[in-house]
Amino acid sequence: MENNIIIKFQHVTKTYHDDLVLDDVSFELERGKFYTLLGPSGCGKTTILRLIAGFTEATKGEIFFDGKKVNTIPPNKRKVNTVFQDYALFPHLNVFENVAFGLRIKKFKQKIIEEKVKEALSFVNLSGYEDRDIKQMSGGQKQRVAIARAIVNEPDVILLDEPLSALDLKLRTQMQYELRELQRRLGITFVFVTHDQEEALAMSDEIFVINEGKIQQRGTPLDIYDEPINRFVADFIGESNIIKGKMIEDFLVEFVGKQFECVDQGIRANESVEIVIRPEDIEITTLEKGKIHGHVQSVLFRGVHYEIVCQDITGNEWLIHTTKKAFVGEEIGLFFTPESIHVMRLGETEEEFDLRLQSYSEDQTNE
Amino acid sequence: MNNRKMRNLFMIPYALWIILFVVTPIILVAYYSFFDIEGYFSFANYKKFFTPVYLKMTLSSFWYAFLITFFSLIIAYPTALFLTRTKHKQLWLLLIIVPSWINLLLKAYAFIGIFGKYGPPNQFLEWLGIGTKQILFTDFSFIFVSVYIFIPFMILPIFNALNELPSSIMDAATDLGASKWTTFKRVIFPLTIDGVKTGCQIVFIPALSLFMLTRLIAGNRVITLGTAIEQHFLVTQDWGMGATIAVFLIIFMFIIMILTGTRKRGV
Repeated sequence: MENNIIIKFQHVTKTYHDDLVLDDVSFELERGKFYTLLGPSGCGKTTILRLIAGFTEATKGEIFFDGKKVNTIPPNKRKVNTVFQDYALFPHLNVFENVAFGLRIKKFKQKIIEEKVKEALSFVNLSGYEDRDIKQMSGGQKQRVAIARAIVNEPDVILLDEPLSALDLKLRTQMQYELRELQRRLGITFVFVTHDQEEALAMSDEIFVINEGKIQQRGTPLDIYDEPINRFVADFIGESNIIKGKMIEDFLVEFVGKQFECVDQGIRANESVEIVIRPEDIEITTLEKGKIHGHVQSVLFRGVHYEIVCQDITGNEWLIHTTKKAFVGEEIGLFFTPESIHVMRLGETEEEFDLRLQSYSEDQTNE
Repeated sequence: MNNRKMRNLFMIPYALWIILFVVTPIILVAYYSFFDIEGYFSFANYKKFFTPVYLKMTLSSFWYAFLITFFSLIIAYPTALFLTRTKHKQLWLLLIIVPSWINLLLKAYAFIGIFGKYGPPNQFLEWLGIGTKQILFTDFSFIFVSVYIFIPFMILPIFNALNELPSSIMDAATDLGASKWTTFKRVIFPLTIDGVKTGCQIVFIPALSLFMLTRLIAGNRVITLGTAIEQHFLVTQDWGMGATIAVFLIIFMFIIMILTGTRKRGV
C-alpha cells in the first residue's frame, strides 16, 4: 500500500523573508489521481507546487517522492513536469521542438523523438501543428502544447499551475473535460492548482482547500461541498448561507430563534455553532409550510435559476437559488430538509472533524 | 486634413536636421571622393583604395574592431546575466552606465596617466620586482581602453533582452530536465541573441572608425580607417582620398547593419 503513495509532505513549513507561506503542512498523494489545490491567491497553493517541482526548498519538514526524500534534489532530476500558468513555451522553437525539448535533453534517438512527439500532440488534438510557430498559436492551442510538452516525458506527476485562467469561459469548460479525460487515459497523478471552485469541483478526485498556509479541508468534491469544515471552506466553495446557531443536543440545533431537526451529532450541548445551508437547498413555499419566513428583498434572473435574497425576522439575509419566481416585498416561507442543515463547530481542526464524521458512519452501521 | 498639415509642420525641424547634417555630408563625401589631390575628376582614389596599403589598413581596422567587440561581449554578457539576478538591478545598471556619461577624451587622458611610466600598474610591477614595462602605446592598452569605453553600450541591450525573459521560461527548461548550462545554451542565449546583435552593432561600427584613441592610447601604432581619414583631411590635405575611405566606411557600416539586423520574426 505504501508503494501507492507518490508524494508525501511531512510537516513542511516554508517562509520567505520571515513571511510564513506554508505552515506545517502534511499530506499524501496517491498514484493516478487527480488532485486539486484550491484556495485564494497567496494562500500557499503555488508554493506547494513549486516545492514538488523543486523550484524552491522547504524551510522545514520533509518531502518524499516515490518513497525517497527529495528536499534538495534539483527540478531537472525529478520525474515531475509542470504546465505553467503563462505556458512558458519557448518562443524561438516551433511546436515540434517545444514538445521535443525534454526528449532531446535526455538524448533520445531522432526516430523515437518523432514518434513520441507525434503521439503526445495527438493526445492533445494538435496533430498536424508540428511546424507551427508558437506565436501563431491561440491561447487554447498554446495550452495544449504546454500539456503535450509535459506528458511527452512520461513523468510520474504532472503539476498544473492555474493553466486555464487565461482562457475564456467556453474554452475553459472544454479544457476541463479534456484535462480530466487526459488524466484518466494516461493514469498519471495530476496536481492542479486553481482558485476557481467550480473548476475544482468538476475535475478532481480529491480537493485540498488551502488558506493562510494551511490545508483547511481535504476530501472528494462531494464531501467538501456537503460538509464544509468551517466558514472559510463553506464560503469559498460555492455560495452559502452561514447563520449563527446553538447546538441543543444531538440531532437538534437552534437558529433564528427556532429549533430544527438536523443530522449532526457529537457536539456538546449548548455549544455555539455555525449553520450552513446551500442556496439551492432552500425551497420557496407558502408561509404555512415554511420553516422560517422571509421578506423578499431582491430577485435576480440568472438564466438557470432565480437568485432571491430575503431577510428573516432576526435580520439574517438568506440567498436562495430556485426556479420558482417570487416578487420583491412578498413574504415567503423557506423550507429545507434536516439533511440540508450543515453544522460547523467553531475552530474545529481537520482531525477532530474527520473523527466526528467517522463516528456518524459507525453509528449508522451499528443501527 | 488640418491634422496632417500640423504633422507636416512638426516634421520640418527634423527633416531640416537630417538634410543638413546627414544627407548633405554624405553627398559631399561622395562628391569629394571623385577628385584627386590636384582637384581633377578621377577614379584614382578608388583604385588607390585597393592597393595593399589601404587593404591592410582596412583589414587591421576590422581586426581591432572585432577584438574590441569580442572582448566587450565576453565581459558584458556574464555581467548582464549577473545583473538581472541581483536584487537592486536597476541601481547596479546605473552604476555601470554612469562612466559612459563622462567625456571620452577625459577618460582617454586618465588612462594615459594610469598606464604611463609612473602609473599604478607600473608601480605595482616595480614592487613585484618585475620592473617598469611599456604599457601605454601597445595593442593591449588600445584594446583595453576601447573595451572599457564600449562595455556599457554592450551591456545595455543584453541586459534589456535578459530582463524581458520571463523567469517561468527558465523554470520550464529546468523542469524538462535541462541543466543550468543547457538552459543557457538552448533557451537563454537564443532568446537574447537580438540583444547581442544590437550590442555588437553599437560597438563594432564605432570601433571601426576609432581614431582619437589610436593616437592617445596606441601612440599611432594602430592605424585604423578612422585614423587614415583624419590624417588625409588634416595632415596630407588629400581630401579626395579621405572622402573615398569614408565612402567605404559608410558601405561597410551598411553591410554590418544588414548582417546583424534584427529580423522581425512571426509577423
